[in-house]
Amino acid sequence: MALKIVKGSIDRMFDKNLQDLVRGIRNHKEDEAKYISTCIDEIKQELKQDNIAVKANAVCKLTYLQMLGYDVSWAAFNIVEVMSSSKFTYKRIGYLAASQCFHEGTDVIMLTTNQIRKDLSSPNQYDTGVALTGLSCFVTPDLARDLANDIMTLMSHTKPYIRKKAVLIMYKVFLKYPESLRPAFPRLKEKLEDPDPGVQSAAVNVICELARRNPKNYLSLAPLFFKLMTSSTNNWVLIKIIKLFGALTPLEPRLGKKLIEPLTNLIHSTSAMSLLYECVNTVIAVLISLSSGMPNHSASIQLCVQKLRILIEDSDQNLKYLGLLAMSKILKTHPKSVQSHKDLILQCLDDKDESIRLRALDLLYGMVSKKNLMEIVKKLMLHVDKAEGTTYRDELLTKIIDICSQSNYQYITNFEWYISILVELTRLEGTRHGHLIASQMLDVAIRVKAIRAFAVAQMATLLDNAHLLTGNTQRNGICEVLYAAAWICGEFAEHLEDPMLTLEAMLRPKVATLPGHIQAVYVQNAAKLFATVLQKHEGETDSQAAQETSQLLIDRLPLFVQSANLEVQERASCILQLVKYIQKLQQKNVEVAEEVTALFAGELNPVAPKAQKKVPIPEGLDLDAWINEPPSESESEDEKPKAVFAKEEPKHSRSRHTEVDEKELARRREARKQEQANNPFYIKASPSSQKVYDAPGVEHIPVVQIDLSVPLKVPGMPMSDQYVKLEEERRQKEKADKKKKEKKKKREKRGKGRKGDSGPESEEDITPAHHVDIVTEEMPENALPSDDDDKDPNDPHKALDIDLDKPLADSEKLPVRTHRPEVLKSPAEDRDDNTIPQETKKKSSKDKKEKKKDKEKDRKRSKEDKKKKKKHKDVEEELPESLPEEVVQSEETKEVAVPPTSADASDLDFWLSSAPVPPVAQVVTVSSSAAAATVDSSSAAAAESEPEELKDTEPDDTKSSKHKKKKQKKEKEEKEKKKKKRHHHHHHHHSDAGAEDSVQNGTVEDEEPLPPMSNYSLLAENSYIKMMKEDADQVCDIQGNHQDESKVVVSVIFENKSDSFLKSMEFNVLDSLNSKLQRPDGAGPHDGLTVPFQLPPGVSNEARFVFSVQSIVMPQKLKGTLTFIVKTDESSTHEKLDFKLHFTCTSYLITTPCYSDAYAKLLESGDLKGSSLRLEGVNMPFHHLLARICFHHHFSVVERIDSCASMYSRSIQGHHVCLLVKSSDQTVSIDAKCDEPSLLGNVLDEIKQTFSKC
Amino acid sequence: MIKAILIFNNHGKPRLSKFYEHYTEDTEQQIIRETFHLVSKRDENVCNFLEGGLLIGGSDNKLIYRHYATLYFVFCVDSSESELGILDLIQVFVETLDKCFENVCELDLIFHMDKVHNILAEMVMGGMVLETNMSEIITQAEAQSKMEKSEICAFLSLCRPLSFSVPDRTGRRRPGLLELQHAPYRPSRT
Repeated sequence: MALKIVKGSIDRMFDKNLQDLVRGIRNHKEDEAKYISTCIDEIKQELKQDNIAVKANAVCKLTYLQMLGYDVSWAAFNIVEVMSSSKFTYKRIGYLAASQCFHEGTDVIMLTTNQIRKDLSSPNQYDTGVALTGLSCFVTPDLARDLANDIMTLMSHTKPYIRKKAVLIMYKVFLKYPESLRPAFPRLKEKLEDPDPGVQSAAVNVICELARRNPKNYLSLAPLFFKLMTSSTNNWVLIKIIKLFGALTPLEPRLGKKLIEPLTNLIHSTSAMSLLYECVNTVIAVLISLSSGMPNHSASIQLCVQKLRILIEDSDQNLKYLGLLAMSKILKTHPKSVQSHKDLILQCLDDKDESIRLRALDLLYGMVSKKNLMEIVKKLMLHVDKAEGTTYRDELLTKIIDICSQSNYQYITNFEWYISILVELTRLEGTRHGHLIASQMLDVAIRVKAIRAFAVAQMATLLDNAHLLTGNTQRNGICEVLYAAAWICGEFAEHLEDPMLTLEAMLRPKVATLPGHIQAVYVQNAAKLFATVLQKHEGETDSQAAQETSQLLIDRLPLFVQSANLEVQERASCILQLVKYIQKLQQKNVEVAEEVTALFAGELNPVAPKAQKKVPIPEGLDLDAWINEPPSESESEDEKPKAVFAKEEPKHSRSRHTEVDEKELARRREARKQEQANNPFYIKASPSSQKVYDAPGVEHIPVVQIDLSVPLKVPGMPMSDQYVKLEEERRQKEKADKKKKEKKKKREKRGKGRKGDSGPESEEDITPAHHVDIVTEEMPENALPSDDDDKDPNDPHKALDIDLDKPLADSEKLPVRTHRPEVLKSPAEDRDDNTIPQETKKKSSKDKKEKKKDKEKDRKRSKEDKKKKKKHKDVEEELPESLPEEVVQSEETKEVAVPPTSADASDLDFWLSSAPVPPVAQVVTVSSSAAAATVDSSSAAAAESEPEELKDTEPDDTKSSKHKKKKQKKEKEEKEKKKKKRHHHHHHHHSDAGAEDSVQNGTVEDEEPLPPMSNYSLLAENSYIKMMKEDADQVCDIQGNHQDESKVVVSVIFENKSDSFLKSMEFNVLDSLNSKLQRPDGAGPHDGLTVPFQLPPGVSNEARFVFSVQSIVMPQKLKGTLTFIVKTDESSTHEKLDFKLHFTCTSYLITTPCYSDAYAKLLESGDLKGSSLRLEGVNMPFHHLLARICFHHHFSVVERIDSCASMYSRSIQGHHVCLLVKSSDQTVSIDAKCDEPSLLGNVLDEIKQTFSKC
Repeated sequence: MIKAILIFNNHGKPRLSKFYEHYTEDTEQQIIRETFHLVSKRDENVCNFLEGGLLIGGSDNKLIYRHYATLYFVFCVDSSESELGILDLIQVFVETLDKCFENVCELDLIFHMDKVHNILAEMVMGGMVLETNMSEIITQAEAQSKMEKSEICAFLSLCRPLSFSVPDRTGRRRPGLLELQHAPYRPSRT
């Protein structure tokens, strides 16, 4: 019984589920809208209930209705409710609904942040998955900012299912919150080598998407992608990578060279058409990028063209289409290779598939030559006749015109032919491109002087037969050609055989049905013709003819005077009065022809479309300045006299220049373009700009097809076909003439060898039929070089144009939710906080300000420098295990030791060049195993540091030019004398990349430069090779993930000391329990790592190896061997070299900046255990001492007062190490605190050792 | 990037629409109509690519579609996607649907739009291809359905059974979508 009640209530709750709704809609086909509105009412009721199941059901139905086009945003809050259900079923319904209808404008989205965060960290992977999927659809900048860190953590989730989703969604997060890109990028990069193929593919996807928009920032990833490309077997991943390379090659042609071979191999080997096609595409991109420099890739071009031909010949229309598409890319740079497949492409013109025909047309555009133009156009004209459907016919028409007019009519040898083609095209009923034909007619008639007589005759015939063109509608676009015809006849009336006849044709009553702008041209040109007729009859005794003409005009013009079109009316009444006056004069037998002709005298030259834009602005002219006093605010819109005529508008806008908004400008520009298009004195920049795109909705206008069984033929008009024949004959004749001449020549110079007179006619042999004088476009004097085209400022990807190789600054860390305020204060806060450092207190606020400015400048400068240095890090990519870029914390130390010259021969360059890098000029030479030994002079400068304020961490000048440095030193000295307190911070690091926030070291008083320091120590050496290991291993930790094994990078310089070539170097280490060399996947634990380069005699190069370390509290030693082959001219021998790698505890420390307030808190916390050290007989200035500790042991100075300083460092596993260093006389005492006593003990021992050596 | 995924039938009735960029409901309907207009007038044996519609963004975009029995599957993608790859993805999608619904037909999609969405979510996320391996997609989709069932069953075993079988009251033979086989370009299985 109770069960029954429950059942009943549940049943009622679900009186309509999604299926019922769908069924109901299907059963109410007649009154669907009404039915749905009742359903929506029901849904509203259901949403009011407390039961979440009912709500979820309602939301599910809403999702369906949303698809049908109903706005469901009113239920957004209920959707959020359902999303927050604890049941997966409902949660999923909620997230689905949200993903379908939430967007940035949805205000309840901000309520979801915590719910989403909760779901992201849910123990159930599907809760997380559903949240990620939903979030990917509606992420907003706020959500992205708040959740970026959570998602980033998920990128290292244990389940690949979550990892791949988290990786993929990062792209959306980057788009909405660009600041997250840099902090997240190292991990994203790491995911490129994830063991799970799904995650890997997701990472490739994201990086490809990023790189497509800003390829230059991702160039440094090329080696990694190259490796993936050669190793991956997942075709989806391969396709993405290959597409990415297609985007990268234009930036780095050497990359293309490297790609050609593997791509060619893939083309030969793959059976997947999709992969083959993408390979071909990228090879084409490579060839395009190489085309400037290397001509020697004909084999690759041939391969591509040949593969594409196979695609085009395939019966599969998709392959055919893509084949043509790719072919058109080759066409741009290697037209010759494509032209040999003309047959195939012409064949495609007959294809039943319109898309394919259009692609083939595109190709034809690039395949024409002087020789085949007429033939191709003839074929196209046949297609025009056959074409069904206006869209395709219009496309054909524009293509014919594009093909003929390309590069300044380069391929037209016979303009009579072209004019007749244009005239033939006027037969097209219902085309939208009448004005296109018209502008071509005008253009040719104006610019090719020789053709004018012919053109005028043709146009006269057109005008005479205008009734055939105008048809029945005004909408008919083809009547535009009459505009051109009338203008040409009027302007070049001197070529008319019978101007009277044409004049009569132009004044027919039917003309009044034409569009206004055409009538206006008619009227104006009728006046020109009138002048011509008068001139013709001048001097004749019988003035009858002239007077008849006047009478004709006086009879016909009143029709136009009544026109509703202003322009027509105005011109007609002007001319009418003029003619009436002339008639009066004629009756008095006054000669008027001269004066009338003078009205229209003068040649009109074409002006380049950009001409006006290129007039340089004269000096001292400020276009934005007010000409008059600006109108007062009170002057409101309605006070302004309303413009009666449109022409007054510009006047107003001139005085209110600055108020013209973008839209208005765009509108005007458009209007001006339109005007220019109709103005014969403007010549379009390129044929492509003449293309007119369909306005939306045009296709829905029904176009009445007039079926003419017989192609319309204008009587008395020559057909273009005749010209083809004529031209053929003409060429034959010319050829014959030439042969004759050549024979003559041959007879004269018989000894000069044969010339292939039987060879095919080359392009140059064809001479134009007329002397073609193509008038060039006029440009103003002092025209400025052409302007760059602007990028779309609204592109969201613009914000992602971020240098990823730059090290991370602390301020860039993703916001993490914390309960307590953060321990680390930002430098900005710190500086303004006057309670903390004593020294800053003393400083005047003015000083502070200046400092800030300096700082900003420095930051900019150092960024630039960093860009230069970024390539250093790419070495890591040569290693099998690439490292996340958090290495940067230790960057400072690492880079100090790098000889400056090696920065020039960057590692990407090294990877790209097949030959070894040129020898490094200043190789570090260390003879003893001492850590601090000699280093080349420039790195001595690097170590020099200057007195500074505590938190001023930025290097002042990072230019490595020594000259500059010297100069600055002098300046510095002067300053020092003047003002002791105000120290300008100098830090001549070449490569201070990571230094943005790290604290530098130095003393106040001393000017004495620091002794040079190097981190490279001798590792092992024999007669062939010397290995030097960087003492300060770079250490990297994985952000926020300390429980993972830590990684240590060891840089080793290999120097070839022998006269032989060293190759096949293999680096191997016997792993201990604690430390392991990281080897590529699949390699055994005892396999060696191949050193990724070979060494010619005398050359050295650096390789880096990654070790994973578990415990860092003890120093360790690892035994290793280097095996290599010594290759001399005669023989090659195997050699080996044993070495011992010493991992000091210091090497696990990362230079980490720390602010004094945080430092104080740390010490107060009491978690740290203390220890101390005394050094006797240390005979060096205090700042040297500090510099040494900083340099060799990766500490940073927190605070320094006189000869007392506090220092900080952090281990890769997050141990804090604090030092208090005091110096008096020759005794240095170091009090230290650390949360790991044994680590501290070892570090102190190492510090002691460092100082005992000096 | 995939900009939108649309499924509609031979009469232009939408069966699933997934836009990865925001449009208003009206624009969405317009896009569906326009896409249907473009796609439906094409012959059966022409290529499956269309240079984009006017509404859904720009010259960079392409419509890639496949026609299965009574349904059109249309993907609107930009130039970063491989055309043939997307065609295969559509095939993977339909085959997955076929496996999940057992001989899928239009009715399945009509009545279980939500389920189709869930399957799609395992393949494409936020406009990017997430998974192309059919068995992986099916595993994840089924695991989630199972979870759903275990949650619902406890509660709903009392009322009507939530079956995914298609309510086909007419008893007509259901023409499966996959009766028309397409030649795969197969990037998925190497």
